[in-house]
Amino acid sequence: MRLTITRFAVSFTVIIWRHVLKKFIHNLYVEFLIMEKQHSYSQVKGVSTGTTILAVKFNGGVIIGSDSRASMGESYVSSKTINKLIQVHDRIFCCIAGSLADAQAVTKMAKFQLSFHSIQMESPPLVKAAASIMRELCYSNKEELQAGFITAGWDRKKGPQIYVVSLGGMLLSQPFTIGGSGSTYIYGYVDAKFKPDMSLEEAKQFSINALALAMGRDNVSGGVVHLVVITEPGVKHIVVPGDKLPKFHDE
Amino acid sequence: MSEEMFPEPEWLSEEVKTGTTIIAVTFDGGVVLGSDSRVSAGESVVNRVMNKLSPLHDKIYCALSGSAADAQTIAEIVNYQLDVHSIEVEDDPLVCSAATLVKNISYKYKEELSAHLIVAGWDRKKGGQVYATLNGLLSRQPFAIGGSGSFYIHGFVDAEYRKNMTKRESQEFVVNALTLAMGRDGSSGGVAYVVTIDKDGAEEKCILGNELPRFFDQ
Repeated sequence: MRLTITRFAVSFTVIIWRHVLKKFIHNLYVEFLIMEKQHSYSQVKGVSTGTTILAVKFNGGVIIGSDSRASMGESYVSSKTINKLIQVHDRIFCCIAGSLADAQAVTKMAKFQLSFHSIQMESPPLVKAAASIMRELCYSNKEELQAGFITAGWDRKKGPQIYVVSLGGMLLSQPFTIGGSGSTYIYGYVDAKFKPDMSLEEAKQFSINALALAMGRDNVSGGVVHLVVITEPGVKHIVVPGDKLPKFHDE
Repeated sequence: MSEEMFPEPEWLSEEVKTGTTIIAVTFDGGVVLGSDSRVSAGESVVNRVMNKLSPLHDKIYCALSGSAADAQTIAEIVNYQLDVHSIEVEDDPLVCSAATLVKNISYKYKEELSAHLIVAGWDRKKGGQVYATLNGLLSRQPFAIGGSGSFYIHGFVDAEYRKNMTKRESQEFVVNALTLAMGRDGSSGGVAYVVTIDKDGAEEKCILGNELPRFFDQ
């Protein structure tokens, strides 16, 4: 009887200890990984989103859109259908241009800080708050990071807003904005075609056309078009596959 | 010591480039060429009113971009060769011949020259034509854009170009495209020069900065 109890007690203890040790070692490993990441150079050509991103304000909301290609260097497409639109809160989205690794690290941190902030304020966070958090992270880690962000969303105080955080940490509010390597080809198009206070349909067509034109000219942008429409009632994610994109005169 | 007190301005030692925007479009019955007017050497603008559309013949013009010296030289040489050629054939030269002459020089001296010319004009055989001669390539296209400012308007011209536009529409298209590019490119600016070539000859126009169309300005 005593032998059985002892055996049971011993095996029970061993199981508990193994579980605890595993957790402990796992935590150590994760911390090691985080340390590694902070010390690695983001200038090294890792997976980089040569990309096209844009955000447009329309009457009643914001549309944020991107292509879906992730490339390594200039010649290898590592993913054809990556989603570069990251939700940092219910009605606030972020899209990234630049090194994918940096962008994911920053947005994860921002998501965490933002949820904490919204619990403290006991109300949904302002879009400006989200953008400021990104800006703090970008500015204080200026040397290591290589990513620019567009933050767009809707809040009760100011309605639809778009903020741009550029590479060095500048924060700017704009009615529409474009970014990424493919954006150089569509500056002329968006300058000519943007009108303030468009309707939802017009804004959607504007974004799809702009992204299709950029993907047609930039070799590191491509795939499908991801759009997210953010309005007061909610958030809608639209995907336009390659064959449904508008065709222009030479295609 | 004296060199330190009065350092040489950097533009004296920088190569003069026509960082620029040039565009040529065919319409029903002719072609329209357009260019900006800025010539830069490093960060300074050394000429803000240069006409980058130079005539190769009565009804054939070319638009210059890249290194200013190289482009001007090519245009002068081809002008001379085209004159000789037209005397030999006793007729107006074809646009294709002009473009081929430009291409020959660009290709032969590919390593030494860095200029991209767009050749456009009207001839009796094929009407209005536009040829792009980048680095020795010869390609006939319905429209062509070139220069550093052209990157910003790729999307715009892809979306807005339609076949068989009228003369008016093509001129508007060219002026709009130039304005958008000058608005975004640091090395394009100044005034817009537009040349319209059809069977009656070539008509040059200069559109000043304040007469250019306005787009949405944030």
